Amino acid sequence: MAWELDNDRPIYAQLVERLQVQVVSGVYQPGGKLPSVRELAAVAAVNPNTMQKAFAELEKSGLIITQGTNGRVVTEDERLIQDIKRQLAKRHGEAYFSAMEGLGYTRIQAVGILQDMEGRGEVEDERAD
Amino acid sequence: MNELIEIQGLTKAYDAQHVAVNNVSLMLPQGKIIGLLGPNGSGKTTLIKMLNGLLTPTQGVIRIGGRPVGVETKAHVSYLPDRTYLSGNKKVTQILDFFCDFYADFSRERAIGMLGSLGVDPDARMGTLSKGTKEKVQLILVMSREADLYILDEPIAGVDPAARDYILRTILNNYNPNATVLISTHLIGDVEQVLDEVIFMRYGHLVLYTSVDNIRERHGKSVDAYFREVFAC
Repeated sequence: MAWELDNDRPIYAQLVERLQVQVVSGVYQPGGKLPSVRELAAVAAVNPNTMQKAFAELEKSGLIITQGTNGRVVTEDERLIQDIKRQLAKRHGEAYFSAMEGLGYTRIQAVGILQDMEGRGEVEDERAD
Repeated sequence: MNELIEIQGLTKAYDAQHVAVNNVSLMLPQGKIIGLLGPNGSGKTTLIKMLNGLLTPTQGVIRIGGRPVGVETKAHVSYLPDRTYLSGNKKVTQILDFFCDFYADFSRERAIGMLGSLGVDPDARMGTLSKGTKEKVQLILVMSREADLYILDEPIAGVDPAARDYILRTILNNYNPNATVLISTHLIGDVEQVLDEVIFMRYGHLVLYTSVDNIRERHGKSVDAYFREVFAC
């Protein structure tokens, strides 16, 4: 199925995120082989050049590695994968905060609401920053 | 990046009042899928017909692969016109024969493969096919050539969304990475995901030539939304 993409952001940046999520979530395992640009572009229903650009970006960050004629594989550097997972998580966090600020909550209150939802009163150590 | 199409000061005036293409200069690279976008009457089809040698420019120069438009360029340009020229009386196989005779770079196997996956009977007469199927068959013919340049004039107009997806996927799967595809359409939202670059035309003038991601980055909106803004009446 074609990938659902937002209309208002560059396509290649969204492809980068999608592929990061697929690596972080284990769809593509560390050291595992990735499909070719062409295959993946066909699946996503995007232009192969755009997919190529996304791959180039991921190669620059080290998340994927080109092995000559062997195609591309996911890095085996678990720490790098964890770093990217954290970056993605922070991005979700920022989106949550900005939505809550739009509703008039402070960040601390926003954290409180999450804790309520999780059914735990308050968590001291998370309040620090 | 190698330039595939070179257009310099191109003008087509049907008469003094009707200048369909007005002093357009453009260099288009190979290996890209490019949208030719503009409201009705902006000169898209006139430009396309000049690229295919069906109209003679009033002024200006077109070169494709370094050569002026003519017999040699036609051998390397695969063109889907905005309306059909295939006889309704002919069977699909007869049209395949016709394409084999006409174009050295036509792959009959590729066409038959695609027709098969679409479930089109090669013995069916063109006239008996539905509008959507007819459009798909024509696109299959055009994409079964091993051309340097594919020029598709409104390939998705007038077909349902599922057929549109099929057509776009066929374009993506069949164009070779060294070829360029020029797609004219006003259904921008449907195609922008497969485009590298877009050309905006208005009243025969070139308004903009840039990449899709450039527009999204710079304006924070889709090409479709940006187009509506630029061409708001």
